Amino acid sequence: MSLILSSAPHIKTKDTTQRLMLNVIISLLPCVAAGVYYFGLQAAIVLAVAVVSAVAAELVWQVLAHQKVRVYDLSAAVTGLLIGLIVPPAAPWWMVAIGSVFAIIVVKQLFGGIGDNFLNPALTARAVLLASWPAYMTAGYNVGRFDAVTGATPLLSGTASTMDLLMGNVTGAIGETCKIAILLGLVYLLVTRTIRWEIPVFTVASAVVLGAILGMDPVSVVLSGGLLFGAVYMATDYVTSPMTRGGQIIYAIGIGALIVLIRKFGDYPEGVTYAILLMNICAPLLDRMIPEKVYGYKKAKKEAKA
Amino acid sequence: MSEKKKSLGRVFTNGVLSENPTFRLVLGTCPTLAVTTSAINGLGMGLAATFVLLGSNIVVSALRKVIPDKVRIPSFIVIICTFVTIVQLLMHAYLPSLYESLGIFIPLIVVNCIILARAEAFASKNGVVASAVDGLGMGAGFTLALTLIGCIRELLGNGSIFGVSLLGTAYKPMLLTILPAGGFLVYGLLLGIINAIGNKRKGAAK
Repeated sequence: MSLILSSAPHIKTKDTTQRLMLNVIISLLPCVAAGVYYFGLQAAIVLAVAVVSAVAAELVWQVLAHQKVRVYDLSAAVTGLLIGLIVPPAAPWWMVAIGSVFAIIVVKQLFGGIGDNFLNPALTARAVLLASWPAYMTAGYNVGRFDAVTGATPLLSGTASTMDLLMGNVTGAIGETCKIAILLGLVYLLVTRTIRWEIPVFTVASAVVLGAILGMDPVSVVLSGGLLFGAVYMATDYVTSPMTRGGQIIYAIGIGALIVLIRKFGDYPEGVTYAILLMNICAPLLDRMIPEKVYGYKKAKKEAKA
Repeated sequence: MSEKKKSLGRVFTNGVLSENPTFRLVLGTCPTLAVTTSAINGLGMGLAATFVLLGSNIVVSALRKVIPDKVRIPSFIVIICTFVTIVQLLMHAYLPSLYESLGIFIPLIVVNCIILARAEAFASKNGVVASAVDGLGMGAGFTLALTLIGCIRELLGNGSIFGVSLLGTAYKPMLLTILPAGGFLVYGLLLGIINAIGNKRKGAAK
């Protein structure tokens, strides 16, 4: 009889990075379908370019840097898919490819690869593209099948009906418009326990409450722009969000509040990208402020002051 | 005072390569990030700083036995200010467009830490000739670094180098690189590349 000796933990789950990333990809399929349905072939090309260039960048980097090739963990594919979903449907292919390569090489690999990036790669890519080619990132939405063509985002005009906002019959980035698809994805992520409910719920709640205080219509706060997509897919990134439940709640409230503040007072009509990136930077501080409770360890009671 | 034993050639290459103020010592990052939106701005700032470095190093070194230790920093600053004022007036008179684009960063050469650092660390301890060579070396290193960063940022952000369009009209400029954030990105990536090369050399030497 052979005994296997190993150190703790002894209980293992079947969750691998690959499995979790596959869950995220499955949960994104409704968004992908809605994007292709509304924006047509162009959107499909953008998504394909984004995924292929992200995976290729990861593979080339890992081979050239003599690292273990871990491209099969699908994390690069998820990053690429997310980038494709947050750019305009008429984005030029080279811009999308640059975004994917930047996200993988500069944001992820230069900081140590998977698990060590301090910013969300997909969102950082979007911020870089927005600063580099503002013309392409703020135009090019008016493609596909629309009854009424409005501006870059309904946030600017405020004319779209609630039903159109829900179904995604409005202009916007490929994946952010159809809220039903995002909610379907959220349900799948929650049921498979890929993410916890705290971050999406508190992000939306904080935006609604602060929006109401500032006199904004709660329906339009939630349903227009990228708030839902950001709250479900971007803010919940494991690497760049705090680890403890308390930290996650503060983080999510911060994101919601920043989104509303940027929309209301900032120069940009939309602030989801910057709100999440700013709170990404705060995540390590939140982890330090609100440490993990260690099982069996009690905090020493403070001595009563004499 | 090991620096005294070094040959003048070593003193010069020290400033350009092994102790390049921008890439090895990471000094003077404020003008490095702020003015390098184009190659000509980087070159202009580098040359202006080189002139000030040369002048202040020579004067500080010549006066190093006269200046009391306790008031040496204010004395250095007065000397540096003098040369910065000369540069500013000359540039305003003969290079008005460069003067306009560098703006506040010309008077700010006074507080450029490279210049004070060389006055304190080298000129106040070494002879006039060595100090002049050190000023030239450090200035050349600073100028090279700023021009390199300026070239990269101008090429990516404007498709040109020294105002000469290289990439044609099909190129869609990456505006980020000439924004402040792009300055940090380009500088950081260059620092990383140069550190990687340095580490590899160290590894090879062992």
